[in-house]
Amino acid sequence: MARVGVFVCFCGANIADFVDVPTVVEEAKKIREVKFAVDYKYMCSDPGQQMIRDAIVQYRLTSIVVAACSPRMHEKTFRKALSDAGMNPYLLEVANIREHSSWVHQKDKKAATEKAGDLVRMAVAKSIANEQLHEISVPVTKRALVIGGGIAGIQAALDIADARIPVTLVERSPSIGGRMAQLDETFPTLDCSQCILTPKMVDVASHPYIELIPYSEVIELNGYVGNYKARIRKKASYVNFKSCTGCGACWQKCPVKVPNEYNMGIDKRKAIYTPFPQAVPNKPVIDAEHCTMLLKGKCGICAKFCEKGAIDFKMVDEVIEREIGAVVVATGYDLWDATPYEEYGVGRYKDIINSLEFERMVSANGPTGGLPIRPSDGKVPKSVVFIKCVGSRDKAKGIEFCSKICCMYTAKHAILLHHKVHDSRAYIFYMDIRAAGKGYEEFVNRAQVETGAVYLRGRVSKIYQKGDKLMVRGEDGNLGQEVEVEADLVVLATAIVPYKENPALARLLGISYDKYGYLSEAHPKLRPVETAKAGIFLAGCTQAPKDIPETVAQASACAAKVCGLFAGDTMKKDPMVSTVNKEFCSGCQNCVTVCPYQAIVTEDIPLGHGAKETRTVAKINEGVCQGCGSCVAICRSMAINLAGFTDPQIINEIVAI
Amino acid sequence: MEAEVKDKIVSIEKPEIIAPPDWKPVIVGILCNWCSYAGSDLTGTSRMQYPPNIRIIRVPCSSRVDPWFIIKALQTTADGVLISGCHPGDCHYISGNYYARRRFLVTKELLKMVGFHEHRVQFSWVSAAEGAKFAQVVKKVTDDVVKLGPLHLYKKENFNK
Repeated sequence: MARVGVFVCFCGANIADFVDVPTVVEEAKKIREVKFAVDYKYMCSDPGQQMIRDAIVQYRLTSIVVAACSPRMHEKTFRKALSDAGMNPYLLEVANIREHSSWVHQKDKKAATEKAGDLVRMAVAKSIANEQLHEISVPVTKRALVIGGGIAGIQAALDIADARIPVTLVERSPSIGGRMAQLDETFPTLDCSQCILTPKMVDVASHPYIELIPYSEVIELNGYVGNYKARIRKKASYVNFKSCTGCGACWQKCPVKVPNEYNMGIDKRKAIYTPFPQAVPNKPVIDAEHCTMLLKGKCGICAKFCEKGAIDFKMVDEVIEREIGAVVVATGYDLWDATPYEEYGVGRYKDIINSLEFERMVSANGPTGGLPIRPSDGKVPKSVVFIKCVGSRDKAKGIEFCSKICCMYTAKHAILLHHKVHDSRAYIFYMDIRAAGKGYEEFVNRAQVETGAVYLRGRVSKIYQKGDKLMVRGEDGNLGQEVEVEADLVVLATAIVPYKENPALARLLGISYDKYGYLSEAHPKLRPVETAKAGIFLAGCTQAPKDIPETVAQASACAAKVCGLFAGDTMKKDPMVSTVNKEFCSGCQNCVTVCPYQAIVTEDIPLGHGAKETRTVAKINEGVCQGCGSCVAICRSMAINLAGFTDPQIINEIVAI
Repeated sequence: MEAEVKDKIVSIEKPEIIAPPDWKPVIVGILCNWCSYAGSDLTGTSRMQYPPNIRIIRVPCSSRVDPWFIIKALQTTADGVLISGCHPGDCHYISGNYYARRRFLVTKELLKMVGFHEHRVQFSWVSAAEGAKFAQVVKKVTDDVVKLGPLHLYKKENFNK
């Protein structure tokens, strides 16, 4: 007969305050199969685990139930405790009495205790049907795919490649560099962004272990950790990169002008273009949406002037495949569209710009040669109002979260404005100054002292035009009075939102995202760079708003995770996979149809012992099986079972309530 | 045609039996590990409160839920059953929840046909980020089942008498 041990955790006060733990232990002791039950303050701590290890030996236990937090939290911890005591780790069951009882029934201790007792009884019943399982070894393809060539993707790719692991870096625009390439100087040190980024971009292009695929997108990902297969669409660039020297004759002669995305539309680029002079790779592409030759079949001036004959108007999109073992997603951010702020006149007044537009203006390689100007008349502004939290921390119009970096870059903008226009003044409307970081508070102080920036604590209620000025009316909360500032230029620190195609990408990769479109990490504190899908990692603003140091740190963390994954030639896989009982299998092949991983094939076995005739049965590739259980539920003859979630285990749970 | 047939299927369940004063409904919740179970964990982490009648069972994917589980639960312990999975398109296992959805529709029609009220068995999509939604869903299912009262139809103990 089964001998079950039950270990109930107080979780400090988290469980014990709302569930009567000793009662749960007493209830557990009433179950016939339970030979030992005990409670402890912190079951996950070393003394707690020691209690489990000791009891396994002393009471000759055959399965273990730990009633504590969610199995998504500590299942692995306790499994390890079991194997340390020489017991098969999969004989463990966790009763989730914290997330599912003590934390959600805080006003009814009696009901919470009763429920915790039930959950323990269910877990005991399930554990009785648990079987010994063993980890599966699967081979690993040692190549990483990095999606996104901003600073996050660049850092991750370089760190992984430096460990001599091949990397495929996919970037959707014609050049890597991302948002960081658009910045002028960076806080808190005022390093020139280009100066610290472009050498890294060149490193990526020249690294022997990095395959850079620009102007392309991942369109499909199949497989599982260690053995993914990615399909990448290389968009037609209409330029043969092998013969192109990047001389620039083509885009100098191109007659078509298009708003320049790199400069936030402040100036124009040509239909054949490199995004910016420091682009990597420094080869132009033709924008098919605007090229006259591709649209109307007339023009072809670029081809005439290309001495190398690199222009090929017949080029088509190409789909390539790569076998990879791990993915780093680094798709970055966009700025929130501030149109809902009607009272600011967004869209109506030309002299209201967003922070990235300001960033481009003050950049040395920007469209205005490094000088901020008023878009309406091209004059240099003397009085500039910066409004923070436009869209951020605003549940009514924008987004509830704090965009994290705006306080710092606005302070930087005040300094840059002062550097560029000495007799100017910055007025900064803010809600709070959030300057947590090394050297950050000092930097904000510097902005205030050095540039004389006027910080006004309050929200702006209205912006209206008066002559050629913008009147910014707001509140100075510190003085408790209304203020009105005459501005030449207004800069909105609009909220940071994830790359707009994140949800579609997440679906393609099979990972989850939150309500804003940020990709979700496996655990907010303890697994911040992993996703719930093994082998897929997150770096940078694709997960949440971040500044550059944090992004770089997370990208390096991704690289460490990838290197860890690839440390051996094979990797261990959960044994929770489906198996076929060939005796029962009728060969209907319904399971073959439903399996999302093509893990089920058929085989022919002898009809009987020593018989020559054969019959067809299902066969599951345990390396490919991900353990969803679709095949189990579809099987008419109940020939398939999923280890860890077998029919007897689940039925035991149901009946035990 | 299909709609007509469905309309003819009416529940034979009648609240003839008055619930004893100490009666508390039991709801069996079968949740997929990646979305709804994670969502229910988030409900806990966010300390959102919901009625304490649900007993949650974890499965890897909603497609693991065999109709047999639902029937077994109604037959033995449950007054109501909630199945919850990832939103359509967000399945951790690519397409499992689509199978679950189809299977569930059929199961539900079957259960209605043999007399169960349709509120006894409910299905929902709760993502890992929807802690608040999970609390709402549990509350709704519990309220619905409370209104219906204890389930006696096809209960095993009735057969043994």
